[in-house]
Amino acid sequence: MAGLLKKKKEREGGEIPTASMADIAFLLLIFFLVTTTINVDTGIGMTLPPKLDENQEPPPVKERNMLKILVNAEGRVLIEDIPSAVPRVREEVKKHTLNEGEDPRYAESMAQAVVSFKTDRQTPYEIYIDVIDEIWMAYFEMWDAEARAMGYPDYATYRDYIDENDEENLIRKKIKAQISIAEPDAG
Amino acid sequence: MSTHFQKKSAKSSPSIPMASMPDIIFMLIIFFMVTTVLRETEIQVRTTLPRAEALTKIDQKRLVSYVYLGPIKLPDNQLGDTSVQIDDVLIDDTPSIRNIMYRKLLEQPKLIVSIRADESSEMGIVIDVQQELREAGTLRINYSSKPELL
Repeated sequence: MAGLLKKKKEREGGEIPTASMADIAFLLLIFFLVTTTINVDTGIGMTLPPKLDENQEPPPVKERNMLKILVNAEGRVLIEDIPSAVPRVREEVKKHTLNEGEDPRYAESMAQAVVSFKTDRQTPYEIYIDVIDEIWMAYFEMWDAEARAMGYPDYATYRDYIDENDEENLIRKKIKAQISIAEPDAG
Repeated sequence: MSTHFQKKSAKSSPSIPMASMPDIIFMLIIFFMVTTVLRETEIQVRTTLPRAEALTKIDQKRLVSYVYLGPIKLPDNQLGDTSVQIDDVLIDDTPSIRNIMYRKLLEQPKLIVSIRADESSEMGIVIDVQQELREAGTLRINYSSKPELL
């Protein structure tokens, strides 16, 4: 009897052990640490041109101010009707934009320079992205050079600076990225 | 002198209070629980993203709506025709994209459409989707791509 009473007393004083609480919480923490994927989406940003009315003609662009890049289904590149290659696109875009009327084959001024890019319907998306990437890199490099000329280490620093001070982006105003993606031929 | 000794002895037994440990860890857990995003859509098409150099980050995930484009995944690891998927549904007719996107644009006027297209897909369908986006008025797009391997 005495033993039974003693047992009962012990049970009444029972408590949930809190010493292991930290360990349990740690396990949960490790689980969430492992399953969490903080993935930042990256990609090439573009702005599509707004829809045109049926009877409205697209704005005219002088032949000279347009750098025509054509890519066929096999991924062969034609820049201004001259066979070329994907890595050449960057140089050509830069030459075209920074020409300022010097070379009659390229644009008259920065504001008027347009890059036109056309593919076949069968062109693989990968090659399309390669070319778009080259065109954008050409602009990025031109913006970087412009930012350095203004005394900033690079364009990103300049952009951070104007974002902070709510100023106008003069570099983007000077060198506008004007990329026209033409509708492909039925091929 | 005695005060000096006392000070030293008081200093010799420091211990970090362990009582607040579970609270700190719970705070960390809550942080990770809140930031964890569980995948809500099952992607039914293969999207092997292309690689690019001129990448920009999309900081505001709330603004993003995804369009998946690629060969449809069939059982036994087989791949079918190229299809378009928005949210959880496969789109059979391309013109219906404009209605879906237009409705999304009304909900979120600053919508960014992220095009997650498979690198092997043909440009024809990509351009078709893009034309639909123009019809819908969702002009801010993003060609989702991975950073270049160095």
